[in-house]
Amino acid sequence: MHDRCRARTVAVCSPAMNESDATRVFTHRHLLGIEGLTPPEISLILDRSEVYVAQNRQANKKRQLLGGRTIINLFFEESTRTRTSFDAAAQRLGADVITMNVATSSVKKGETLIDTAMTLNAMHPDVLVVRHNQSGAVKLLSEKVHSAVINAGDGAHEHPTQALLDALTIRRRKGHLDNLIVAICGDITHSRVARSNIHLLNTMGARVRLIAPRTLIPRGAEMLGAEIHHDMRRGLRDCDIVMMLRLQKERMQANYFPSIREYFHFFGLDYEKLSAAKPDALIMHPGPMNRGVEIDAEVADDIGRSVIREQVEMGVAVRMAVLEILSANLPPIREGRA
Amino acid sequence: MSVTDTPPPPTAYVNARLIDPASGLDASGALLAEGETIVDFGPGLFAAGVPDGMRSVDCGGHVLCPGLVDMRVQVREPGEEHKGTLASAGQAAAAGGVTTMVCLPNTVPVIDDISVVEFVARRARLLGLAKVYPYGAVTKGLEGSELAEMGLLAQFGAVAFTDGVKSIADSATMRRALQYAATFDLLIVQHPEDPGLAGEGVVNASPMATRLGLVGIPPQAEVIFVERDIRLLELTGGRLHIAHVTTADAIDAIRAAKARGLRVTCDTAPFYFALNELAVGDYRTFAKLSPPLRGESDRQAVIAGLADGTIDVIASDHAPEDEESKRLPFGQAAFGGVGLETLLPISLELERNGQLSMIDLLRKLTSAPADLLGLPAGRLERGGPADLLLFDPERPWRIDREDLLSKSKNTPFDSYLTQGRALRTVIDGRTVFQR
Repeated sequence: MHDRCRARTVAVCSPAMNESDATRVFTHRHLLGIEGLTPPEISLILDRSEVYVAQNRQANKKRQLLGGRTIINLFFEESTRTRTSFDAAAQRLGADVITMNVATSSVKKGETLIDTAMTLNAMHPDVLVVRHNQSGAVKLLSEKVHSAVINAGDGAHEHPTQALLDALTIRRRKGHLDNLIVAICGDITHSRVARSNIHLLNTMGARVRLIAPRTLIPRGAEMLGAEIHHDMRRGLRDCDIVMMLRLQKERMQANYFPSIREYFHFFGLDYEKLSAAKPDALIMHPGPMNRGVEIDAEVADDIGRSVIREQVEMGVAVRMAVLEILSANLPPIREGRA
Repeated sequence: MSVTDTPPPPTAYVNARLIDPASGLDASGALLAEGETIVDFGPGLFAAGVPDGMRSVDCGGHVLCPGLVDMRVQVREPGEEHKGTLASAGQAAAAGGVTTMVCLPNTVPVIDDISVVEFVARRARLLGLAKVYPYGAVTKGLEGSELAEMGLLAQFGAVAFTDGVKSIADSATMRRALQYAATFDLLIVQHPEDPGLAGEGVVNASPMATRLGLVGIPPQAEVIFVERDIRLLELTGGRLHIAHVTTADAIDAIRAAKARGLRVTCDTAPFYFALNELAVGDYRTFAKLSPPLRGESDRQAVIAGLADGTIDVIASDHAPEDEESKRLPFGQAAFGGVGLETLLPISLELERNGQLSMIDLLRKLTSAPADLLGLPAGRLERGGPADLLLFDPERPWRIDREDLLSKSKNTPFDSYLTQGRALRTVIDGRTVFQR
């Protein structure tokens, strides 16, 4: 069994791909994070996603590329949009999808993460999509199963498909990622979205700035390759992209900031602060938004600049591309699976 | 006097010993103030005499320097006006040569809301006495748990942040406070005492406390928090000021932290270099202070810390308490002593004893606190505010608490013989006190 657990180099060459894609490779069995991916690997996923953006806008969105494959969405933490997005992605590729909200099932009965993984593994899924509130939990699980594993968010560590959908949104609007100035604003300390985005944007040659009160910037964040700012106007100066993060109100109790009023005054995105950024700067948010906390409602709804709903659309396409690419590394379906 | 007065006419202060610690000036000369600002000063000014018709003040060869900046004052207004008011503190300050005071947030209500910051600033402005800048609270209600809105409070005029006479005891809260304040480059001022260790203590823990049968506060209660806060500062970055240090160990810790390049500063009050625990004598509640008066070796260490620059600032630690709060059995009496009017003469002892030069001493009373808090005060500057102190460093007096202008008269220096007194205090070009 361990042979199959090892990462292999497989040429991605499915009928759905064109010739230039066929020459590229994606060497990983799982998608556990952005850290460690190369620019060609990231570009491959984004290029494939473009195909699905077009497909998803057609009346018939369904294909049978993953017919016969079983995908289990395993969510140890509450989620609506990410789970639904993975669900839609898998179904549109023709896979059989089972969604398990483990937050409300066997974990409550005392089953450990590894026991749950072994149980599901015995059902021979092809892909596991996993979200867990503990950093590193998805990697731990990936070491115990035969299937491909996609990290749908682990603790404050990574959320790779979010970073990919953000990159796709930016690339479609700006035409490229390199040399863009991207400001990520808000609770960096607790954000897996921020970490995945920092890795991706750095890898693709963009310049990343982090803007937050010092309490919400983790130690050594500059070592990840980001410029640190504590003043919105200074941090947003000449930015191409403004990415806002969700601020959980519970952080107030732990003294990360004194009040919503003060947070919004200094770090909430409104037109006044946004005026420091480039006139055509895009506004992004991974959702769900807290209007009046990290973002002013007017700004969030600005159809000229806010691409927040477009991000949701790109999410389905990116997840289809990831499922396609990882499935190509699975044993061919007609070999049979005993 | 109020801000609606007509601007003061040009006034020449001649025959003065001009001292400006910020620029290192110490020379005979004159100063010209016009309206609310200093126009010129220096050794050569009015060498040919004051122009006819110009108002002039003969300084009699005494010291003319920037008005004192007192960075640790409790005013008691709003909330406890029976102990002290902005007006009574302003008059005491003027009599003591203090032109700028920074008041602690432990009023009722606490200065943890922008409306209170604005109230204090507006009231003080209307009085036209010493300029008043408020500290904001670090935690809501000074309760040590939830951070106050430091960013907004600073925008509305709070110059630094402290929980006043209470220390921020919880390490996680202190960490977040330092970190959050550093976001806006704000200074956190800590009262250095581990409240658990201080417990019910009322005097320094020593054989004297044992003899008197009073509960002692060990000096370790101070150094433990100073050391802890220095470690937290290493973790968070930012700026930390330790208020009224009193022990050799705490001063050593701060000296070492400064040598490591940390942005830590500290002050002490005249009580702690002029008196030791023996001043408590026979249960004198006016000598019940927080932190408590320490033993003689600690007092000597405070002087050494002032002399070598480890202690940056001298502040009065003015804490008015009414008779009802002090005329009680020692254990039940309130902590604190008034200090605005005795700040200058007691500090001058350091110069008379050869422990600090006059200019170094005055620096700790003027430009050092002003620079620490970013105040437009504490220096002689062309175009700067004419906030001036003229004093005779030699004039002898016997401190009599009944002579104090402070509403509360709880000084531990009653009947104390000293030298040095303010002759004239000028704020924004107007003489607000003259002796």
